[in-house]
Amino acid sequence: MDTTAFVLVSAAKTALFLAILLGVVAYTVLLERKLVGRIQNRWGPSRVGPFGLLQPLADGLKFIFKEDVTPPYVNRPLYLLAPLLSLSLALTTIAVIPVGGWIDIKGIRTPVQITDVGVGLLVVLGITSIAVYGIALAGWASNSKYSLLGSLRACAQMISYEVALGLSLIGVLILSGTFSLRGIVEAQQGTFLGFIPNWNIFRGQIVAFFVYLCAAYAETNRVPFDLPEAETELVAGYHTEYSAMKFAMFFMAEYANMVTVGCLATLLFLGGWLGPVFGPWWLQAILPVFWFGLKVFFFLFLYIWVRGTLPRFRYDQLMAFSWKVLFPLAIANAVVTALVVALKS
Amino acid sequence: MVPLPYYLILSAILFACGVAGFLFKRNIITIFMCIELMLNAVNLAFIAFSTHWGQLSGHVFVFFVMVVAAAEAAVGLAIIIAVFRTRETLNVDRVNLLKL
Amino acid sequence: MLHYALFFIFAALAVGGALNLLIQRHPISSALSLVVVMGALAVEYLLLGAEFVAAVQVIVYAGAIMVLFVFVIMLLNAGEEERAGRSRVALLFGLPGLVLFGVLISWALIRINPASNRVAIGALHGPPDQIARLLFQPFLLPFEVTSVLILIAIMGAVVLARRER
Repeated sequence: MDTTAFVLVSAAKTALFLAILLGVVAYTVLLERKLVGRIQNRWGPSRVGPFGLLQPLADGLKFIFKEDVTPPYVNRPLYLLAPLLSLSLALTTIAVIPVGGWIDIKGIRTPVQITDVGVGLLVVLGITSIAVYGIALAGWASNSKYSLLGSLRACAQMISYEVALGLSLIGVLILSGTFSLRGIVEAQQGTFLGFIPNWNIFRGQIVAFFVYLCAAYAETNRVPFDLPEAETELVAGYHTEYSAMKFAMFFMAEYANMVTVGCLATLLFLGGWLGPVFGPWWLQAILPVFWFGLKVFFFLFLYIWVRGTLPRFRYDQLMAFSWKVLFPLAIANAVVTALVVALKS
Repeated sequence: MVPLPYYLILSAILFACGVAGFLFKRNIITIFMCIELMLNAVNLAFIAFSTHWGQLSGHVFVFFVMVVAAAEAAVGLAIIIAVFRTRETLNVDRVNLLKL
Repeated sequence: MLHYALFFIFAALAVGGALNLLIQRHPISSALSLVVVMGALAVEYLLLGAEFVAAVQVIVYAGAIMVLFVFVIMLLNAGEEERAGRSRVALLFGLPGLVLFGVLISWALIRINPASNRVAIGALHGPPDQIARLLFQPFLLPFEVTSVLILIAIMGAVVLARRER
């Protein structure tokens, strides 16, 4: 492909992925409110549009028209930078996430992914590491006790669970042999025993899946690990002093992180876009994306289900869980996987 | 194609900034950050030479430098916290008595 | 052409961040400038083809070590730095001396620049599996020794930062 075609195709893919991601984030908020409502035996939003489907539009308008209050003694540059940093990093990980196989349109062959980097998994981990700054700076710049406490707790929680997150991926990497996300999915092709798909979760990574799930819940500051932003504990934690659009940015960043973590879990453990593919050429291009979407939806459903069901961890219980339970489990998983692979070959 | 000396000059400039900060700054955490800056400058020189000679040992060295920098940062910051608890100041000039 | 442009943009960003670290008085601004320097250096490593090292730089250095620094600065909350005594002699002789020395080194480095001394963009690929092979075969002893070093550092940090009972 020559340069102009490549640039145009990449720009089109970027715009499409961003639009879809923002739409998914908006509707994940609605999904959460409806699901948590049903778990609590009530309807959730149901008045705006049929079944409440236009609720995200109403929410967006509300955030735009709300009064933007800036408290007087904040550190202005950092106060403005923190939500920008959170949102932009949350939207950046979609750049390396492959959603489907290859697409052939008029002789242009392009992967359904913005770019495939040789170290794709490390890029996602790096972006998650930098996202801690958004929360740290939000708490610091707000010049308020509750914000600072909330943000310090959130940062300590995030960096502790990042360790468990990274270590749980070692088993998957040993089985796949590459850091590239497309390569990891392609290593899960085929079936064994005739009908069980060759996904990593069935190839012995169930413990790693559990560790990844817990670490992901803690990384995105969701129940049962959401003490840093719990409304009943710390006013609202690190985003106490933020209103209107800046709060909306933190909100969107949290849900975008949820979606990203779900995408990553499907790629690493559930075989990405692999699934039965049949039919004419346009169906064959769309079906992998459909399977990917289905698996990500399953993850989001699991997230919201856990949110509606479990109570919240206390802070010391949270940190003890990360360092005393998840960390040894992840290391044990890595050791056992490495032993099995070494003994087999 | 960027010539190799450009990378080395960038590394030298960063290292010089690190040394200048280490000598002139008074806050102990800022001095520590200048040490990290010096380590980063050295990493850049390692990678530039590794690409120049076509060997990957430079990358492995950088890996070790990063690991050592992480260990040093952890212990150094723990020491700084301990010093702050007793002397209530982060100014290097004030930490000048062996016993309080 | 693109290689030159990218190199100079991120080199300027790195040097700007380093100078900002020296100029700023509050440690948190210095810490954030250092994060910018590390990010710019990660891009420089990518320009040299070291993709694994660039990713590890972002994850470990900018994402963990600097978070630790920012954490400690926020925790200790010591405020802005006081002005130390300025020495006129240092400024008068130091700054021109520094510039002269810098020009001398740059000229010497550029002079030993034969045509083969150019680094192409991404010339040496640093894939993770080859680095891993090097780590586990020739460099196995330093690898094991650094893991012991990290263990000692963890224990040391926990003991040193403990509150006196």
